[in-house]
Amino acid sequence: MTPKKNNISLFIKQLPKNIFSGFVVSLIALPLGLGLAMASDAPAIAGVITAIIGGVIVSILGGSHVTITGPGNGLVGVTLVAITTLGLESAYAAIVCSGVLLMILGFLRMGNLADFFPSSAIQGMLAAIGLIILGKQFHIMFGHKISRENTIDYLIEIPYTINDALHYENTGLIYAAVAGVISLLIMVFYSKIRNKYLQLIPAPMWIVLLSIGFSYYFELVLHQDNPIAKDYMIPAIPSFSEITTQLPEVSFLNVGSLAFWGSVLSLTLIASIESLLSIKAVDKLDPEKRRSNVNRDLKAIGLGTIGSGFLGGLNVVTVIARSSVNVNNGGTNRSSNFFHAFFLVVFIVLFSTQLTRIPLPALMAILVYTGYKLASPDLIKKIFSVGKEQLIIFFVTLLSTLKFGLIIGISAGVLITIIIHFIINKNVTLFLRHWVKPNVLMFREDDAKSSYYVSVKHFCTFANFYRLKQKLDAISEENDVIVDFSMCEFVDHTVMENLNNYQGTFTKKGGHFDIVGLDMHDADSKHPFALRKTVPVPKFFGYNLTKRQENLENIAIDYGLEYSPDKNKEVGFLNEFLYFKTKQANYVYNELIDKSKDVKLFDIEFSEGEFIAKEVIRTSMLHINLNISAPVFSLDRESLIDKVYALAGFSDINFEKHADFSKRFHLVGENQDNIKAFFSDDLVRFFESNPYYHLESNGSSLLIFSKQRIASTKEIKALLDFGKRLKSVIS
Amino acid sequence: MINNIFHTIGIGVAFSPNLKANIYEAARLSLFFESKLVLIHVGDQSSEKEQQILDILQPFIEENLNYEIVFKTGEPVDVILSISEEKKVSLLILGALQKENFVKYYLGSIARKITRQAKCSILLLIKPSVERLPCQHVVVNGLKNPKTKQTISAAYYVSHKLQSKKITIVEEITKQEVAVSVDDDKSLRKSVIVRERIKLREDSRVKKIISEIPEAYTCGIQTKTQSIFGKRGYSIGHYAQFVRADLLVMNAPEKTSFWDRLFPHDIEHILSELPTDVLIIQ
Repeated sequence: MTPKKNNISLFIKQLPKNIFSGFVVSLIALPLGLGLAMASDAPAIAGVITAIIGGVIVSILGGSHVTITGPGNGLVGVTLVAITTLGLESAYAAIVCSGVLLMILGFLRMGNLADFFPSSAIQGMLAAIGLIILGKQFHIMFGHKISRENTIDYLIEIPYTINDALHYENTGLIYAAVAGVISLLIMVFYSKIRNKYLQLIPAPMWIVLLSIGFSYYFELVLHQDNPIAKDYMIPAIPSFSEITTQLPEVSFLNVGSLAFWGSVLSLTLIASIESLLSIKAVDKLDPEKRRSNVNRDLKAIGLGTIGSGFLGGLNVVTVIARSSVNVNNGGTNRSSNFFHAFFLVVFIVLFSTQLTRIPLPALMAILVYTGYKLASPDLIKKIFSVGKEQLIIFFVTLLSTLKFGLIIGISAGVLITIIIHFIINKNVTLFLRHWVKPNVLMFREDDAKSSYYVSVKHFCTFANFYRLKQKLDAISEENDVIVDFSMCEFVDHTVMENLNNYQGTFTKKGGHFDIVGLDMHDADSKHPFALRKTVPVPKFFGYNLTKRQENLENIAIDYGLEYSPDKNKEVGFLNEFLYFKTKQANYVYNELIDKSKDVKLFDIEFSEGEFIAKEVIRTSMLHINLNISAPVFSLDRESLIDKVYALAGFSDINFEKHADFSKRFHLVGENQDNIKAFFSDDLVRFFESNPYYHLESNGSSLLIFSKQRIASTKEIKALLDFGKRLKSVIS
Repeated sequence: MINNIFHTIGIGVAFSPNLKANIYEAARLSLFFESKLVLIHVGDQSSEKEQQILDILQPFIEENLNYEIVFKTGEPVDVILSISEEKKVSLLILGALQKENFVKYYLGSIARKITRQAKCSILLLIKPSVERLPCQHVVVNGLKNPKTKQTISAAYYVSHKLQSKKITIVEEITKQEVAVSVDDDKSLRKSVIVRERIKLREDSRVKKIISEIPEAYTCGIQTKTQSIFGKRGYSIGHYAQFVRADLLVMNAPEKTSFWDRLFPHDIEHILSELPTDVLIIQ
């Protein structure tokens, strides 16, 4: 057993980091909270209340580690329906009831609820929610408020709105539309520009800051009224004292009606699915790779929702985008969620009047972008690549959700999946006969290696995946696992996708996860899902190299290196590096390897964030095997941000002898003494006299790169040269 | 205790395409176990039928097979059960049906009823064959049950007589036994510890049973214990199928009621999809 860590001292040591990341998250949570609440027709402040209550309760009672809770994207559509059909007071009651149901789900250990839905159906549902958000808010973004019965009508009218906006004569509306479009552009291009200073403040906060600045510019400099039409500004936000003293009325008068319980059910369903999916996705990002206690989290979320409903807030859910930001900014435990709530309180106390200076179109642009992310064309492309039948499931769910609402939508998705499974197998009895059977066997092989063997019989689809999951969850991730499908006649896409996730966590934690027995299925071609998932079509782009690849080939000949343009999925050697703790390396390509195999330069594709908050980044990096042991450290150019970070507990190691180096470089690592010993005078002088690179050691090898983009051939030559000289200095 | 536990072997004879294979298997076993073979035919006696059976039996009669042919009309299930009792049959052999085009076996309704009601041990053969297929690997359950000791002894006896090389004793560990639900890393560690402890406990229990079996039967047979995690009674079949065992030896069911058939457990699961030849010890 591992020795017990001193939890309290660790907690205190990590506290500054968590306060910092909580602060950054609150910068996003504020505009998003306002926007999500406005989009659901609730008072703007309701979203912020939700985030505050959720943040406090879930951070204290929850079972996950780095998640952030607050108002969720997915719930906008359902909440909107609840408020329009029931009225605000009854909607609060419905929220309270759904909180109770969520708690019950937690107590019944239904944390695996999200596993019972086919993944393409869930994707379809989320895309529909995205379109609902996008469809409605798009018009407001262009300063053109409309109200229609049907979601589809909103989508159809988008071109008309754009056309109208081009012919506005009212300057107030023109300014409103311009604010919206600029905000949307900020959202779209923010992640593309990877500048440290720009990234310090999240995109939504830039929008808030710019629009407040704009409003002050007119007021203080030009002495004019804000040119944006009054209807398109955020309505008055109550001050903090008003919020705490004037509690909204919660009316349980409608409890008997069907519409009420319909709303309660949809709220519960979406809140639980969104939370569970987010928790699962965030667990993949957790640098310490802990496992979340989903049932405990569900209970806490339920309690938070009850509190939030009574205090005038919306459903509390775990949200992926804010959680990703939390992880990226160094959040390590639940206290960051607490501090995110704390800073929201501070904002409301200090700036609640300033918030009315934000134009509504700017806020809605944030939502349009989130909506687009949920229903992006990339997603459809990805689903199509899995299989045409998945696309059918996706679109059936999507369209029926848009037309008939969420509950019918997801039910239709499940139904069409089952029917498609029947048709693909041309066999109904396979499913009916074996559905209730405990089809999973697990045992530990008794030979020296002692790996777990899991054999699955009959069929394995979303309908009975929980049985397999139960067994897999009982294995700790450092072990070797073999999942055998040779006795299984049918494996669906949902299962393959989930197993792929397991594969990821096992490799990250040092275990091994193998799927065997699907080759046979390949032969009788009864398994379209499995087939495409397990035997990815190899891509050879060696035949038509790009200009850059030709240049790389020339460099390789010049420097006596080996060049291979193919994608290489063996990226395990990167897992040890600090930089990749919160990032998922997908593959490396365009590799340049020297004869000794110690120096390797490559382009890499990795992703940051998960689920809808996922960003894919490509960079060129140099990897050097040191062949000697070195301390773990990371070295970078010292910048203003590092000084800010330093306040948050990321301490810089400085050398008294080398003032210039200490001033210009930012060196961090756990073992200060070892690092100081490693940085000999020669090495320090080498760094002082050479260009800046980001440099990291994992104890046995170095990772070097400069910018977070693909390097040009000139930069590659410089990087190679730097690496070679560095290696000779070190050894 | 273990001297000839199968003194009389019974088999139901129907004039189906499998007739020859069934009789060959039964007769061969009778010779291995040095027991008497009772052939039960449900229907009228006729010299023609008798001659047909005798023709098939001929090679075994030459090896001094002790046999008896019984004809009786009536309800098949009742007839076979009553004659088994009357003739003191200790092992009843039943053939399974194979699903067309599939490598899957199941029991016909008659065989199923007999299995549930019989008071003697039962051998379910999935693929009777005229040629002898050697029995290499026997899988036996090691449940914590008073009957288990007898079952394991019987498994050794059978393995000894059929000269099989390997016995695997399977301990099924159910979720209820582990009793720790895995939520996070902490409860996972706890459940791993509990599982290890149960495994050790089960191992030592089974080892004790083996130590009490006469060495004459255990020597020359490779013994292995294996704990598996799954549903009791079902997963052992899954395991037997997975390791391609030739014979699965199990305890007789405690008692089966109407509910057991609605919510199948233990032996009922095995009966619904036979993984291999199954020997149920009464």
